[in-house]
Amino acid sequence: MSGGREIPVRVTKVTPVAERIKRFRFERLDGKPLPYFSGGAHVIVSMNDFGHIRRNAYSLMSPPHDCAAYEISVLHVEGSRGGSTFMHERVKEGDEMNVSYPVNLFQPDWRARKHLLIAGGIGITPFMAMMEQFTREGANFELHYAMRTRDRSAYWKELAERYGSQRIKIYCDAEGMTMPLDRLLDSQLLGTHLYVCGPSGMIDGVLRAGMEAGWPEQNLHSERFLSSLPGKPFTVELVRSGKTVRVGHHESMLEAIEAAGVDASFLCRGGACGQCETEVVNCDGKLLHHDVYLNDEEKAAGRKVMICVSRFEGKTLHLDL
Amino acid sequence: MLVAGIKSRPLYKGLTIEPHAKRHIFALEGEGALALIDQKAALDLTILSRSEILYVARGSKGKGHDTTLLGLGTDVFWTAPTIATLLSRLKALLATAHMGVRLYVAGTEGFIGQAMMVGLDHGMDSASIITEHRGSLARRVQCVHCKGINEEVTASPFTCSHCGLTLLVRDHYSRRLGAFQGVNIDAEDPGSAPDPEELFL
Repeated sequence: MSGGREIPVRVTKVTPVAERIKRFRFERLDGKPLPYFSGGAHVIVSMNDFGHIRRNAYSLMSPPHDCAAYEISVLHVEGSRGGSTFMHERVKEGDEMNVSYPVNLFQPDWRARKHLLIAGGIGITPFMAMMEQFTREGANFELHYAMRTRDRSAYWKELAERYGSQRIKIYCDAEGMTMPLDRLLDSQLLGTHLYVCGPSGMIDGVLRAGMEAGWPEQNLHSERFLSSLPGKPFTVELVRSGKTVRVGHHESMLEAIEAAGVDASFLCRGGACGQCETEVVNCDGKLLHHDVYLNDEEKAAGRKVMICVSRFEGKTLHLDL
Repeated sequence: MLVAGIKSRPLYKGLTIEPHAKRHIFALEGEGALALIDQKAALDLTILSRSEILYVARGSKGKGHDTTLLGLGTDVFWTAPTIATLLSRLKALLATAHMGVRLYVAGTEGFIGQAMMVGLDHGMDSASIITEHRGSLARRVQCVHCKGINEEVTASPFTCSHCGLTLLVRDHYSRRLGAFQGVNIDAEDPGSAPDPEELFL
């Protein structure tokens, strides 16, 4: 498969963390250590749902130097396409699964004088690994963590205990607390890098506030994995392999293409990395670009499509695959 | 004679004012003053009240750029007697600066390189420092053999002022040093170097 080689693992622990959030621990079946990763990395977890393979990206939250196991946390998304439901309802301790090699699309900039981390909800997970690494490297960091309610949010207590209230700031909506974003942005010493992970609207807001506070784009980092949106079924013709693939209501193009036995390239499966960029040979209809990788001009030109999250409405779509 | 087409060769995109910056620091050398003066139309009262000019006249001394710069009406206007003095003031400014400050550098390449190094040392990203090349094409060149830095090199090959080797000036640029690389051109057969050409006047 083109997302890189997979590693067979066993689920050695499933821990309920908060309402609708579970933590999963994976260890290698052959007992060997897992590859090192760097803070901010993710893996793709493959789920065999009665023969239908689902693949979702999850940030690694365990300490990056600990190769004994990988840990992820999964939020059970209401109205999801099935991946988080599968993880929550079907995956049990002792199960065997596959995970990809780690990939990091959310790498800290190690030249930074200080790392300012902004998390919303389940967006906390990549920062758990980053903070472990910052601590070992002696890097300066500060985490600002926004959540709706404390009982539906993960790890805030452990983090405050581990790193102290100077480094960990919590803002709870239900208690009427809001993050003083403008003040935060204006008071950072030169050489600070900002990282944001959380709901899309929050990421957009923080990046916009950063630009408006005069921060250069080089110092603003974000990570978002989009899920492929459901939509009308459609058919796509694969020019090189000569196959016609039907993409279902809840399926992504990439999933349907994989199910048809065509090996398409991918890394994040969330519209962020650009690995699955595919050339559009012929298109009579409208491409629904949902990714954040292509710029507006490229989207309008319609010559490329990110098959992991984008859809199509119209008569014919021919792809170079 | 020049070894060209090397990727590390810096590109200077030209001075444009970043409208959202909370503080604008302009480090200008010689003809670099004109890069800011040409932006006069973009300098509204808000921007001027947040702007600080550090200027060193050097080659253009007596051309009156200092008077024109002063006339722009920025919050701070300061002239330095030497590049070294200007860079030391820039260091002091950046040491206490906050995110939201933007650094603009205009002048010769040697000056831009050195001011960039100050920015990088204070955690700025090179891509976020706004630069414009004005004035002489003279280069700051490091001798790769003795590591000595030669200022204001206008010809290639030239004689290293530190070790005396004849150096070919390459487009190969070090951001860490703010200098181009000079490599001995007649190592196998000393004295066989071609005549110098004035390439960087």
